[in-house]
Amino acid sequence: MAALEEEFTLSTGVLSAGPEGFLGVEQSDKADQFLVTDSGRTVVLYKVSDQKPLGSWSVKQGQTITCPAVCNFQTGEYIVVHDQKVLRIWNNEDVNLDKVFKATLSAEVHRIHSVQKTEPLVLFQRGAVRGLEALLAEPQQNIEAVIPDEEVIKWSEFFMVFKQPVLIFITEKHGNYFAYVQLCKSHSLSKYTLLLGKEEKSVKPNFTARVDGKFISLVSLSSDGCIYETLIPIYSSDTEKNHRLIRALMLKAVVSGAARNGTALTILDQDHVAVLGPPLPASKECLSIWNVKFQTLQTSKELPQGTSGQLWYHGEILFMLHGKCLTVIPYKCEVSSLAGALGKLKHTQESDPHSMPHFVDWETCSGYDLGSYSADQSRTLRRKKIETNLQPEVPGSKQLLSIIKNDSEKHIEVELRKFLAKSTPDFHTKIGDVVAGLLGRCKAEPSFYPRNCLMQLIQTRVLSYSLCPGLMEIALEHTDVQMLQLCLQQFPDIPESTTCACLKLFLSIGDDCLRDININMESVFDYSDTIQDEKKEMKEQTEIVQNGFSPEDNSCSKDDQQLNKKPGDAAKETTSFPVTSCPVTPKRAALINAVLHSAYSEAFLLPHLKDIPAKHITLFLQYLYFLYLKCSGNATMTLPGISPPTLSQIMDWICLLLDANFTVVLMIPDAKRLLLNLYKFVKSQISVYSELNKIEVSFRELQKLNQDKSNRGLYSIEVLELF
Amino acid sequence: MPIFNLSSFSKRLKDKEWGMGEFKVHRVRFFNYVPSGIRCVAYNNQSNRLAVSRTDGTVEIYNLSANYFQEKFFPGHESRATEALCWAEGQRLFSAGLNGEILEYDLQALNIKYALDAFGGPIWSMAASPSGSQLVVGCEDGSVKLFEVTPEKIQFARNFDRQKSRILSLSWHPAGTHIAAGSIDYISVFDVKSGSIIRKMVLDRQHLGVTKSRCIVWGVAFLSDGTVISVDSVGKVQLWDSATGTLVKSHLIANADVQSIAVADQEDSFVVGTAEGTVFHFQLVSVTSSSSEKQWVRTKPFQHHTHDVRTVAHSPTALISGGTDTHLVIRPLMEKVEVKNYDAALRKITFPHRRLISCSKRRQLLLFQFAHHLELWRLGSTLATGKNGDTLPLSKNADHLLHLKTKGPENIICSCVSQCGSWIAYSTASRFFLYRLKYEHDNISLQRVSKMPAFLQSAVHILFSEDSRKLFVASNQGSLHILHLLEGSFKHLHTFQPQSGTVEAMCLLAVSPDGNWLAASGTSAGVHVYDLNHLKLHCTVPAYNFPVTALAIAPNTNNLVIAHSDQQVFEFSIPDKQYTDWSRAVQKQGFHQLWLQRDTPITHISFHPKRPMHILLHDAYMFCIIDKALPLPNDKTVLYNPLPPKNESDVFLRRTAHAFKISKIYKPLLFMDLLDERTLVAVERPLDDIIAQLPPPIKKKKFGT
Repeated sequence: MAALEEEFTLSTGVLSAGPEGFLGVEQSDKADQFLVTDSGRTVVLYKVSDQKPLGSWSVKQGQTITCPAVCNFQTGEYIVVHDQKVLRIWNNEDVNLDKVFKATLSAEVHRIHSVQKTEPLVLFQRGAVRGLEALLAEPQQNIEAVIPDEEVIKWSEFFMVFKQPVLIFITEKHGNYFAYVQLCKSHSLSKYTLLLGKEEKSVKPNFTARVDGKFISLVSLSSDGCIYETLIPIYSSDTEKNHRLIRALMLKAVVSGAARNGTALTILDQDHVAVLGPPLPASKECLSIWNVKFQTLQTSKELPQGTSGQLWYHGEILFMLHGKCLTVIPYKCEVSSLAGALGKLKHTQESDPHSMPHFVDWETCSGYDLGSYSADQSRTLRRKKIETNLQPEVPGSKQLLSIIKNDSEKHIEVELRKFLAKSTPDFHTKIGDVVAGLLGRCKAEPSFYPRNCLMQLIQTRVLSYSLCPGLMEIALEHTDVQMLQLCLQQFPDIPESTTCACLKLFLSIGDDCLRDININMESVFDYSDTIQDEKKEMKEQTEIVQNGFSPEDNSCSKDDQQLNKKPGDAAKETTSFPVTSCPVTPKRAALINAVLHSAYSEAFLLPHLKDIPAKHITLFLQYLYFLYLKCSGNATMTLPGISPPTLSQIMDWICLLLDANFTVVLMIPDAKRLLLNLYKFVKSQISVYSELNKIEVSFRELQKLNQDKSNRGLYSIEVLELF
Repeated sequence: MPIFNLSSFSKRLKDKEWGMGEFKVHRVRFFNYVPSGIRCVAYNNQSNRLAVSRTDGTVEIYNLSANYFQEKFFPGHESRATEALCWAEGQRLFSAGLNGEILEYDLQALNIKYALDAFGGPIWSMAASPSGSQLVVGCEDGSVKLFEVTPEKIQFARNFDRQKSRILSLSWHPAGTHIAAGSIDYISVFDVKSGSIIRKMVLDRQHLGVTKSRCIVWGVAFLSDGTVISVDSVGKVQLWDSATGTLVKSHLIANADVQSIAVADQEDSFVVGTAEGTVFHFQLVSVTSSSSEKQWVRTKPFQHHTHDVRTVAHSPTALISGGTDTHLVIRPLMEKVEVKNYDAALRKITFPHRRLISCSKRRQLLLFQFAHHLELWRLGSTLATGKNGDTLPLSKNADHLLHLKTKGPENIICSCVSQCGSWIAYSTASRFFLYRLKYEHDNISLQRVSKMPAFLQSAVHILFSEDSRKLFVASNQGSLHILHLLEGSFKHLHTFQPQSGTVEAMCLLAVSPDGNWLAASGTSAGVHVYDLNHLKLHCTVPAYNFPVTALAIAPNTNNLVIAHSDQQVFEFSIPDKQYTDWSRAVQKQGFHQLWLQRDTPITHISFHPKRPMHILLHDAYMFCIIDKALPLPNDKTVLYNPLPPKNESDVFLRRTAHAFKISKIYKPLLFMDLLDERTLVAVERPLDDIIAQLPPPIKKKKFGT
């Protein structure tokens, strides 16, 4: 939940806030220290937690700072530009700006951008970009004009995208806005035309941006008070053409449309934006935090003394000019995890002690020589290391890893077996390394698929999905159902998408493919034996109400009859839906049971279930219905076998499937009978529960009668005999 | 003759077969009595007595040495809500309340000696100095006032520095030099000599991250090392160093208010009570087994209450607590109890140790006494018969005949209905009322007898003679008045003046059925027997250490049966002026162990009109018929025989077993009497019915819901 903490102000004695406010607030290389540049001559370095300035520097009378001071994070020096062309670089020790390093440039600077882990970039007013180092090497170098003459840079921002500096700036010409994306390393520049609403012409929109994958999400607060988002691709496929970008409405009317100035916005994180401005035409200015995802106002703070319409956000702190004071409001957004709320582990039969999730014991993990260890401990650890190295016949994980990289599958298998025979204290991490090594080679060499090795490793019961994320994907690629079954049984943390992919594969894989594969069948009881008995029983059982399930329900049986009247349908049903026999082969059943046993969250599984083809959904539903009938066939409502799916798992999956694909299932003629049966089942369940409710009331009355007997009321005459 | 013999034989046989016989029992549960919540308790170490004040202003004195018997009580008063209670100058009892007055109680005459306005608005707290010579009270207006205790009265000495809000708690330093005062949001420490505030300790209002609007200091305790312990509405027990004014230690013990604190005299343990009904025991424990460094540790929680524990006390051997749920709980500290006897058992006292019910046998009426009204009920009847345990169908239900409200704010002290049912008398602390009742078919008319004489102001006990022609009134001055009742008026016959030099009030009276003898007992002076024909003192029963709890004179024999709080029962022959042989035999052999271990006193004794050998008596949890003809039980025999016999030989065994026939069917039993030879009336007051009328307790979370 996003929240604004208590605000405080920084003294602005030496700063002169002009009508336009400050030039800027920028981070310095030390946490908690910020450079504030006013619109006149002064730069102040503040320590925010102490609310006091650490240093203050001014340019000479007659000079004007034209670009906010920034910090060069690589050197710790500060850079400022005054009179548009003169660059000054200094550090904390310097007292007078006149005496510090000075470089006069050949063109007018728009802004200097500096972010961590890279050199500052200088953006010139005509759109050219130079790295600071290159510029200082030759200050008087020629600076080309990149943008047409009448365009003026209105806003610019600098990002690091995958270690590559990216500069975006917006220009304006006769009320038209253009966005330029400059990739600094490849020196490629893309130009886009921003299509704004008509009303934008007169008022300058506010921009802010953030990187979202391969796009820059440019967020603008337009004069109608709404927030729009424009996605600009970072890597443009075609740099020549002039692209047009269309904006999308993100938030409606967050500030009053009548507000001419004093509005600003900044992106706080993926879901939150901070907006400065009056929420209603007549109201005072407000700082509000909006959640974009849920379109809700999270919190707001009134700023009655008015602002300069500027808002800076650095390191979880918001800066703004409130009245004459520089106000600092720390902002916090605690992440509430939806997964934690929705997560649901479906391992109901966790009887196997081996299936406990394993954790790395960091205390004994000798691979990591932590600095906090005392000298004694590290010495003993080192000795242990030596001891393990002294045993040459057992391959260490490093040797094994090098073997994995180069040797043949056979050799790897032999070495792996040796490695597994030995148990070391950091077994878990080493296994992880080995699997990662194997998978790495699999990816590099498509022909390499060390199936036996992987199976062996999975059977150590040490692995989990998150330890080897690529394993199941590779198994899926190779349609290795046996491995997938093993993974489903062993891993506690398979994502729903993978579970669903497995399910799809299990449903679609041909029977002839399954025939030769060795699959663990312990979750499947032998259906073939019971089929004959079952058929006989079914006839009798239709007369009996099982678990509230009465196939002879009046209204439904009519439908049945109607259905049966259609000769084609009836024939089809008997062939396509023989509930008495298992609709899938035992091997496929075993595979599907592995899916039924796996853990999932409904919310995350549902979207994936929608992708399953209708044919397979029918098959799966038929199988689930068959399992349900089997379940309800006995008194304990369980299936025979070693670890069969439980009734609740079966019911949950039926519900999930129907939820995800109800419209599809409704359209399939094959599923009609099935749906009818399920409908009848639900109806009979409801009637059973209503009967139970009636009985409960009667029982309660009986209990009351019983109580009345013991509690004789306020007055009674009784017979007492004393002996 | 043979026929006669046979019938008499068969009758005898039947009697034997039926044992004590078969009774119809009127089981009455419509006595809607709810005790008032306990507000304060004060323990007096010198006399081992406990003073308890209730929310209706009643003050009760329990004698902890006499088996926790409630030996005295001062009736309540509507405008006198007691907020503080303390003993001073030895055994003088003071109380203060929201009417702004300080009262002193006369423990001999059982009345209020005087009331003194402190002129500080409602008084919230009071504490006596360690020497007992000074009293200090904390008032609504923030003033702390010091009073000197003089032999006759108390005298205002001076005001301390006035505080800005009410003073809710006070505690003296054991040396008598300083006083800690708990107020809202802070504790102040006063210097007694100068009266000025020398330290102010401000409390944190935070409770689990939530800031409460205020933090009320419900209790403070000053230890001799200068530590001040405070309990507050935030749920904390905090230890402060009064020399520096710093917080030393804070225990968060409850989600609700901690309302009371009491420290042991040795200062090695203290007890606090919370609004959740929990009582916590804190003890000063060595940090390690060898070191001398000690710290306060929360050792034991007790949950004997369902509602707020408004007050706690710490006797040398027990933790005493009381609160809104009306129970007085005495929890012995097992490590302090040496012998496993009475004192080692947990006591929960709920009902008063006196009768609130009187009965008219002839008209089958019951008179119920409440704090501010009386109720008269007529019992129903049945024509059916049945066997043991049957509930008989009623041919007529019980009738509520009369609801008599008192005038004025004072509580009723005592009441009585005459045997014929045509007289009702009751008394408050300042007025005596006598009513004449007339029954005309189903209508009753009530007529107050006016012009009561001046000497009949306040009665401690009222009794009508068996023939309803005489009224005996025990006044709180120690005198006994005898009135002759006429149709609609009365005549003063005689007044027995108290023995010279004593002013002790007589609490219990008994008159013989033939009207010749009157027995009266005070709280300590023994039982006096008066000759009513010659109007003179006949004799005095030899003094006994324990107070009398019930008294009755048997018909025909005129034996006086006396029950004491230590569960002893004596039979004293009035004509012979000595204990009867049976009584001597009982004393020689001693009562059964289990009989002596009962924890409620016998509150009523009556006799069977046809069986002179039988004595019927009851306490709150059993009633017993003693058959003097049968041998006494010794400690090897089974005292309680709850099950009916299965066969003839069993009957024989049981019947010959012993004289005490005990039944625990009816409980809690507030009153039981024989209406006639085959009819009993039992008035029960189930605890659930009382709980149902209390305000709901603080809801506590269970099972992490």
